[in-house]
Amino acid sequence: MIAIINYGAGNLCSVEKAFTYLGYRAFVTSDPKIVSEADRVVLPGVGAFGKSMERLEQAGMIPVVKEIIASGRPFLGICLGLQMLFQESAEVFGEMTAKAKGLGIFRGEALRFETTRFKVPQIGWNRIKISKESPIFHGIKDGSFFYFVHSYYVKPAVTELVACTTEYDIEYCSGISRGNIHAFQFHPEKSGQVGLKLLKNFAELN
Amino acid sequence: MLTKRIIPCLDVKDGRVVKGTGFVKLRDAGDPVELAAFYDREGADELVFLDITASSERRKTMVEMVRRVAERIFIPYTVGGGITDIEDIRAILRAGADKIAINTAAVQNPDLISEGTELFGSQCVVVAIDARRRIRDDPSRGWEVYIHGGRTPTGIDVRDWALQVEKLGAGEILLTSMDRDGTKDGYDNDLNRTVAESVGIPVIASGGVGKLEHLAEGIEIGKADAVLAASIFHYREYGIRQAKEYLATRGISVRLEY
Repeated sequence: MIAIINYGAGNLCSVEKAFTYLGYRAFVTSDPKIVSEADRVVLPGVGAFGKSMERLEQAGMIPVVKEIIASGRPFLGICLGLQMLFQESAEVFGEMTAKAKGLGIFRGEALRFETTRFKVPQIGWNRIKISKESPIFHGIKDGSFFYFVHSYYVKPAVTELVACTTEYDIEYCSGISRGNIHAFQFHPEKSGQVGLKLLKNFAELN
Repeated sequence: MLTKRIIPCLDVKDGRVVKGTGFVKLRDAGDPVELAAFYDREGADELVFLDITASSERRKTMVEMVRRVAERIFIPYTVGGGITDIEDIRAILRAGADKIAINTAAVQNPDLISEGTELFGSQCVVVAIDARRRIRDDPSRGWEVYIHGGRTPTGIDVRDWALQVEKLGAGEILLTSMDRDGTKDGYDNDLNRTVAESVGIPVIASGGVGKLEHLAEGIEIGKADAVLAASIFHYREYGIRQAKEYLATRGISVRLEY
């Protein structure tokens, strides 16, 4: 059973519907207890980093997410669900001038695209360059297109964490993978057949 | 590298696609889900559903349609037409749409843009702008914003409005030239370029596509980030795949593997 963490942000039903379409049992939940008992967990998210961290905390999800990750159960972060795994974000939160704090599972931070050549946010289809072999990429060709919507990208402190990269003015980390933890900047639930394949791979991880 | 997006636009009334339903291969070409699935298979990068339902049941039928589409379509789609308040936005996004497009309501109540982006994120708020040249043959005189489906002039300058909606947090602008819409003469690329070079958010060009060259021109001359067309795709004058292959031959980066 796949639990999709609901903390009051973003379009969660498309992740759920994608798994359902693929024939897996998945549901959106805001109950930390249900999340902690799930076989596998998805942390989705779009929108602002600080606000989302705040909501995650209010929902009582922070200890649960840490517990799942420590347990070795398959975990999938999507978009902000990738960024929040890191220590902090350069994204300004409300009146605060300090950087917004993340979950701190990995060392590194989320940075804003500093480009004058391209528009920010990046919206649309871009390629991934696979830099690490992983069952999450089973049957997915290097250079495949995925759908992106974001203004910030993650910069992990250790490059071994990087599963794939993408070019948008710079070459940046568009996905990470370590053990059963996988997280991507793009939206597999909005990336057509190739995205569905990645979700299927996640649902089949041992 | 980010690719340029090709977006077919579907007109929907009472939950049914109403224009260009001459698809012989589809069981039910008026079914938004079937048509959307067809465009997805052909390689559409996104879809726009434009609701032209006038009845009081509008929101209900729209939400029902969005829910059905969300079960089968896994590419991004925008829903626009007749959205008046936050409750409309919430209902449509909850049902599974990725973005909503607002036009008249945004002009009448610009706070709707900032409220929408605060609640749901910039990425899902598209502001649709209907623009008409002040002097038909002289783009240097600028464009005026029209509302109510192009029936009501507002006196607002399009470039000023584009800058304002960006400031209010809109994630994208869907820019339709009323001078060109339905003419098949090509986009108003003076308009597209003026707006695309003024704002830092993506601009979707719309209105006037009659042949594949027009799509390329919208990108090359109009500097649009995405190109939208309706009739050339609906009436099967050109396929999405064919359009993308053509753009690729012009050196425009498009998504051809899917």
